[in-house]
Amino acid sequence: MTAPLATTARRPRRGVLATLFALLILAVLLFPVYWMANASLQSNATSFSTEWFPLHPSLTGYRQALSQQGGHLVTSLVIAVGATAISTLIATPAAFALARFKLPGRGWVIFVALATQMIPGIVIANALYGTYNSVHLINSVPGLILADASLGIPFSMLLMRSFMAGIPKEILEAARIDGAGQIRAFLQVAVPVARNGIITAALFSFLFAWSDFLFALTLTTTNAVTPITLGIYQYLGAQTEQWSPVMATAVIACVPSALLLVAAQRFIAAGVTGGAVK
Amino acid sequence: MPRTAWPTSSDPSAAAGRAADNERGRTPRNRASRARERAVQWLFLAPALLYMALFFGYPMVKNVVMSFQNYSISSLYTGSAPFAGLVNYRAIFSSGLFGKFVVNTAIFTLASLAVQFALGLALALFFSRRFPLAGPIRALLLLPWLVPMVASATVWRWMLGQDDGVVNRILEAVHLGPAGGVPWLSSTGAALAAVTIVNIWVGVPFNMVILYSGLREIPVDVYEAAAIDGVGPLTRLRYITWPLLRPVTTVVLVLGFIYTVKVIDIILVVTGGGPAYASQTLAVESYQLSFKTFLFGQGAAMGNILILVSLLFALVYLRFNRSLASSDGDL
Repeated sequence: MTAPLATTARRPRRGVLATLFALLILAVLLFPVYWMANASLQSNATSFSTEWFPLHPSLTGYRQALSQQGGHLVTSLVIAVGATAISTLIATPAAFALARFKLPGRGWVIFVALATQMIPGIVIANALYGTYNSVHLINSVPGLILADASLGIPFSMLLMRSFMAGIPKEILEAARIDGAGQIRAFLQVAVPVARNGIITAALFSFLFAWSDFLFALTLTTTNAVTPITLGIYQYLGAQTEQWSPVMATAVIACVPSALLLVAAQRFIAAGVTGGAVK
Repeated sequence: MPRTAWPTSSDPSAAAGRAADNERGRTPRNRASRARERAVQWLFLAPALLYMALFFGYPMVKNVVMSFQNYSISSLYTGSAPFAGLVNYRAIFSSGLFGKFVVNTAIFTLASLAVQFALGLALALFFSRRFPLAGPIRALLLLPWLVPMVASATVWRWMLGQDDGVVNRILEAVHLGPAGGVPWLSSTGAALAAVTIVNIWVGVPFNMVILYSGLREIPVDVYEAAAIDGVGPLTRLRYITWPLLRPVTTVVLVLGFIYTVKVIDIILVVTGGGPAYASQTLAVESYQLSFKTFLFGQGAAMGNILILVSLLFALVYLRFNRSLASSDGDL
């Protein structure tokens, strides 16, 4: 009877092997992210001289990136915050209505929100360009805020709808019996209870707007308004020899999302298990 | 590719209004207050409906109209474009390159879908096993989601450079690939493969996350029963995991197709569609027609073709899938 002994002896080793294999997968899949961070720290990260490890780290790339792209970062921040605010303000009551009111045709609204995902961004940009031109929203921050908010609204609506549906009906009824109107019941009961869902949806809206490239590319014709994604793209046209500032810009472009994710982490963890992914 | 899972659950319809409905009287006064209540309820939804009408409905309709117009740069200023019938569509089909764009789009999309689904499923199965640090490592695999697509595409463009790219340096170190390195971005033979590889890299974490959560939904006792019956791992995969995973597979593949077929940013950054249209897809061509050559009518027509392709795939796949599955998926 050596079999039980053998398996107990082998099990931890197999576990360790699996961990090592998982780390190898991680290393391969995260290599581009590593390479970006690595090159951003090497001031001479030109064509051939990039070292495998940043043994002599230098912040020259970051200094250059901030002086050339700092303004674009601010532009992106303003646009993403604006788009997130609009998206959340519009999608939250809509999600509540879809989850809680027996409105005729709400199934169609949900279907339409899903179907919007099928429309290629280029189709929207193509049609918006002419319209934006005539209403003077081309090359403007409000124009990009409005366009970017449309990236978040359908997604946020569907995501928050499942949270709103999860609110125990007793507390909403209690609020109504206490004399609260529908709007007060929504603002004072539903919104606080569905907080995790709202924060998760807002974070996604921010990510969508922050990483938007197509609207930034098509709905601007001058350098008056340049979000960071467009700034990186323009780098490619101008200089492909000096990679360290380009990579530094790319790293900086990840910072707001990373900070937000860390800050909102506990809400999202609760949010994702709370009904987002089923 | 999407970076997020769509909430696909269909919730039981909420019943907040039910209590009010039960007490519903038939007096005119009650009816009036009910009408007011209903009006307020529509107000909750109205801004979102308006927004979707303005930023999805209107552009789609306008795009269809534009595709039948001679919509040029001067139309932007005069606001009028002469009706052109099928001229735009005819120009697209007879350019001699349309077939190439269709083939490129098909290869890019289907190769991306197949490889990222296979890798995503393999990773999901692997991470379903219990081993130390499985959770944290799986979470770290999602790190690329924090990098804006343009930024990661830029890194890839550099990594794939023939002389200065790290991919060729690695290939050289392990003695793979031709002398002088693979001309990833500059040869017509490799450019499409290059953008497809980048797109696969973007899509793998998405596939893994959704498939992993799908695997978690499969009841453990089904596997236990199979293990008692002495069923091997491959048979379990084929006859338990695969059929039970079908609804999730449908979501991943249909969403994956819809998102992949409209990819523009990766291709524009990595190859720009070149060299010599080698990596030009329908979506990129639609962008180039409108915003590089200012033939907005033709760009619109190309965009409409793109929508039709998406729609067709979704319908065909769902129909095909329904005839295969005994239980109906809920997408």
